[in-house]
Amino acid sequence: MAKDYRQGSLLIRGGRVIDPLARVDAMMDVLLRDGQVSEIAPPNKIRVNADEKIDARGLIVAPGFIDLHSHLREPGQGYKETIASGTAAAAAGGFTSVCCMPNTTPVLDSPEWVTWVRQPQRGAVVNVFPVAAATQASKGAVLTDFRALQRAGAVAVSDDGRPVLSETTMRDALRASAEINFPVVQHAEDTRITQNCSMNEGPTSFRLGLRGMSVMSEAGIVDRDVQLAQQFNGARLHVAHVSTGEALKSIRRGKKNRARVTCEVTPHHFALTDADIRDYDTNFKMNPPLRSEEDREALLAAMADGTVDAIATDHAPHALHEKIIEFDRAAFGITGLETALGLAISVLHAHRIPLTRIIELFTSGPARVLDLRGRGTLLRGSHADVTIFDPRKRWTFDAAKSRSKSHNTPFDGRQLTGKVIATIVGGRVVYRG
Amino acid sequence: MPATQRQNGIRAARGSLLGIEYMPVAEINALVQLARKMNPQKPRPLLKGKRVLLLFYEPSTRTRTSFEIAAKSLGATTTVVLSSGSSVEKGESLLDTAYTLRAVGADAIVVRHPNSGAPHLMASHVDIPVINAGDGMHEHPTQALLDAYTILRHKKKLAGLQVTIVGDVYHSRVARSAIHLLSKSGAKITLCGPPELVPDVATTLVDGLRISRSCEEAVRGADIVMVLRVQRERLAGLKVSLPDYISRYQITMARLRLAKSDALLMHPGPIIRGLELTWDVADCPQSVIVEEVKNGVPLRMAVLARALGKAR
Repeated sequence: MAKDYRQGSLLIRGGRVIDPLARVDAMMDVLLRDGQVSEIAPPNKIRVNADEKIDARGLIVAPGFIDLHSHLREPGQGYKETIASGTAAAAAGGFTSVCCMPNTTPVLDSPEWVTWVRQPQRGAVVNVFPVAAATQASKGAVLTDFRALQRAGAVAVSDDGRPVLSETTMRDALRASAEINFPVVQHAEDTRITQNCSMNEGPTSFRLGLRGMSVMSEAGIVDRDVQLAQQFNGARLHVAHVSTGEALKSIRRGKKNRARVTCEVTPHHFALTDADIRDYDTNFKMNPPLRSEEDREALLAAMADGTVDAIATDHAPHALHEKIIEFDRAAFGITGLETALGLAISVLHAHRIPLTRIIELFTSGPARVLDLRGRGTLLRGSHADVTIFDPRKRWTFDAAKSRSKSHNTPFDGRQLTGKVIATIVGGRVVYRG
Repeated sequence: MPATQRQNGIRAARGSLLGIEYMPVAEINALVQLARKMNPQKPRPLLKGKRVLLLFYEPSTRTRTSFEIAAKSLGATTTVVLSSGSSVEKGESLLDTAYTLRAVGADAIVVRHPNSGAPHLMASHVDIPVINAGDGMHEHPTQALLDAYTILRHKKKLAGLQVTIVGDVYHSRVARSAIHLLSKSGAKITLCGPPELVPDVATTLVDGLRISRSCEEAVRGADIVMVLRVQRERLAGLKVSLPDYISRYQITMARLRLAKSDALLMHPGPIIRGLELTWDVADCPQSVIVEEVKNGVPLRMAVLARALGKAR
């Protein structure tokens, strides 16, 4: 995708640059020129008359954030979100790149549709990297043409929302993944045992009289997939939105055995538990569901110790008519692009996870998971994608002012710490807070 | 716009009855007291000119007829709307159905729905009282209230009673409402059944709840034995064998004799004779199963009178 970058230069002055990949945490000035990071140097050392300047004193200057897991809903579901509205929300959340999931209408299972998503007419304001379907129409039976999808610009394959249950199909997918170095992203849920379930299995589901998804419905599939990934040298498995401590055990084992297994965690899973569900408020309904406090603590520990590779939003916009209905019948999913950074700083920092690590989970971590070259870092020559934020700024999220087309979020009115001040994509300022 | 009050964390019109969980004991007692003053044989036109809409998305015999008779005994007019044969079949949403019923002039809506929380959704969007007549596996508050009313016709108070609930607790809205009510009122509750129907997590519902896997142990010394219906298809789905359930948990005369001599045998109905209880247990002198149904009318008169602000 030849995103049209800004011809010219932009100087970001006086900020604290944190670039985990480059092991930089210092007061630095950053010069962006013609879509690339041109120079990075101690304050006032860059003597260039830049076309545009940003005063970043008191702010953090980080590589542009990357979201591995967003639902931008096009083609076919523009009433929920469009690539234009979804990427506007991404920009407001500090994301300069989003990977969009293929469960659209039709399913993103052909090179033609992958190309369509990447066309400039879609009006994206940040970089969009499509994840294509792993099987035709995501029906779990026949693999798609990985090589052709990769050539068309897909960064991974996944049947997100409709997990690959068949062991044979998953084995074939991982074998193909190994051949062309193409990650398979799995939404781990054994849908044979989660039918009619709308939340986590536990005291709250019992109290509300709702059927609950067990921990095993996730952990069982993750364990199987990790074992399969170990069988093919070079196979790449990325576990989407891990929500249970049990699943993390399998991921740790896989990593220890040098399998190429990565995983992501969403802000809502580290910020909330099933006990937070306000009675039958469908803005707390998502899949995987909010889990127990024990699981939440396991996620926090895994984010601190390096097991988790990325924070991903699983931004899942839905229209009102899909949410203001009976809890059992309501659509799964919440929006998440605009609250991710605030939640990460508010919750993770309180758990003594250093800012550098938080930034790594938004930048070099996800870039490595899907091989997004030249992104997730501010090393000279990288893409001029930068996120500038104030880590101490307290603010209240107002869902009504969201840039997303949909407002299905449990975080409306929530006090957050950490606010995006500017988002720069390819050297162009696409958002100013 | 009538005053609203918070129920289950949801704003609902005053007089709504969504569940027992958040209902103060004083209010429970007041309703039971009020029910004592209600006599369907002597109609009082307290609700003359009021329209009560009965919206049933699930089959019902007892609850529907007793709400209807209760409303009519108070002089209200009733209209029954079933999901089949209504616009629900055409895909109308729950809220649009609620708005429609409001628009045709409903003063209160009584709703039975297969999804837990459906009455809560309605109550948070309309300005008239919503009465929960059973929602999914969640609550069936009027059943718990009529059971309390029934018990109190035979026992002095609920506090200190040993109550054993046997059967399919997991799928039962009756059980959840009864547990909340009895626990608030100071009764001691034992749940009994196989783990598939009485999961360990059930004890987290309220403090002091106990589970027993032995029917004999659970029933011994009980003041109240409350039996819940077991559905064959559910047992099959959960891989519980029917003969095994019957041999271990069916309430027989021999098991009932382990309870106190003045123990009451209760069942919210519909009963399946030969499954959760034997034929003779259903009809034995200690059985108040028929009385429960009968008491449903005055209790629901009280609930409707309160809902429509005529609680005298």
